[in-house]
Amino acid sequence: MSIYEDVILDHYQHPRNNKSIEHPTAAIDVNNPLCGDKLHFEISDKNGVVDNVGYTGEGCAISIASASLLSEYAKGKTKKELKSLKKEDVLGLLGIELTPNRMKCALLSWEALVKTVSR
Amino acid sequence: MFNPKQVRDDFPIYYHNPDLVYLDSSATSLKPISVINKLTDYYKKYSANIHRGIYQLAEKASEEYEETRKILSLFINSKIPEEIIFTKGTTESLNLIAASLGSDILQEGDEIVTTIMEHHANFVPWQQLVERNGAILKVIGINDQHELGIVTYNYAGKAIIDFEEIITNRTKILALTYVSNTLGTINPVKEIIKAAKKKNPQIITVVDAAQAIPHYEIDVRDLDCDFLVFSGHKMLGPTGVGVLWGKKKLLESMRPYQFGGDMIREVKLEQTTFADVPHKFEAGTPPIAEVIALKESVAYLNYYGFEDIRKHETSLVTTAVSQLQDEFGELIHILGPQNPKNRAGIVTFTLNGIHPHDIAQVLDESQVCVRAGHHCTMPLHDSLGLAATVRVSFYLYNTKDDIDKLITGLKRAVSLLKKNI
Repeated sequence: MSIYEDVILDHYQHPRNNKSIEHPTAAIDVNNPLCGDKLHFEISDKNGVVDNVGYTGEGCAISIASASLLSEYAKGKTKKELKSLKKEDVLGLLGIELTPNRMKCALLSWEALVKTVSR
Repeated sequence: MFNPKQVRDDFPIYYHNPDLVYLDSSATSLKPISVINKLTDYYKKYSANIHRGIYQLAEKASEEYEETRKILSLFINSKIPEEIIFTKGTTESLNLIAASLGSDILQEGDEIVTTIMEHHANFVPWQQLVERNGAILKVIGINDQHELGIVTYNYAGKAIIDFEEIITNRTKILALTYVSNTLGTINPVKEIIKAAKKKNPQIITVVDAAQAIPHYEIDVRDLDCDFLVFSGHKMLGPTGVGVLWGKKKLLESMRPYQFGGDMIREVKLEQTTFADVPHKFEAGTPPIAEVIALKESVAYLNYYGFEDIRKHETSLVTTAVSQLQDEFGELIHILGPQNPKNRAGIVTFTLNGIHPHDIAQVLDESQVCVRAGHHCTMPLHDSLGLAATVRVSFYLYNTKDDIDKLITGLKRAVSLLKKNI
């Protein structure tokens, strides 16, 4: 079975929110030196509710699709909700099963999101 | 010349995975049935500890173990079998040299010379050592042909070595790889060692032969190196066993690296005297079955012969490079020397805009196994401005069919993952 499902390919080919945002309230840089994946992740929030998300960087299809899906998911959620986002939730968004080796690709943007909302 | 399709019959993994396209032999080779049988024979028939028991099984195990030492000694043309030390693998062999000899001879301000194309196993131990001893690590770079910067080839194909000021009278160790596991570059090790010793006759030379021993005849006396190290599992042998070959005089002068059973002559409350080489460096129960089975991989390689193995691999590499270039043109960037004489059975590349991990993953969906990542050569990848690459590596069981399946898989990866189309 392929992990390159339509959802993943769509978000990889056309990543949503793949740019810097105006007036971010928090930002973070994360990377995975083993793959060379790099991600700059930004959010802005009003009264604890995330109203904008953006990111720039490079990575494999899984890490880009994951950042794109998470950026859509995060909008409108409270920082408190996002802080407790679990790894399993990210995999649920992607809708695929990943081997341990590819898990870290999917979880880079999750790490970025959780750290940004915790700032 | 052998038929690779027949060779496959000796490798049970193809029976269990009939559609397997294994193109990752530089990471570890597949194992022939003779090696596997030798491993299980030990466990089934004479699994006793070595060098201790007075009973027959123990004597049989010790004999088989020591026979591998003799066979390996002949295999690399060592003067005496005692110059062969069994380790866990290349990494442990290199760490042993660095921790024992390295830390004893290196003074503040001394130098170790290595190259940018080293595997981390032949880089990090030296980097850590100079840091501890206040010494200096000098790193030889590569040219646009992805060969060492100190090497040029004349019209007759002879390697000319110019160390310039890299090696000085403060250089204690030169550590270099015979074959780059990423670029596939074959270094003219003999000429490099000769040139290095001309600059500084006291220099200790360490050759990482992990990627060379499975593919070429190696003669340590002809190379005139001081140490040569390799692993069993890349040369059709078991995992968990490797070799440190060193000149006896040097080995005798070195402190043991680990202490315990089997490496002592006499232990008193106040002090211990150590066994002679090689046992001084083989503390504890070694990987007995693995050492014993390693001689079967030597027998297997000798049966087919390095001349034919090399011919076969060169033919596969040449075909792969030209097919990849024809199929992917501007999209593909292939690393390594263009002259097939200077290139081992390795083709490393990137496909524009597609992450190597995605390529490997798509290939895996059709059972094509390649390596994607930095292949434990991060300094080399940094110097090339690359985070990761895809590596294809060949051995005697690979066929042109394997290359066709690789190309088909890559075409699928491109059609799935290429952006802006």
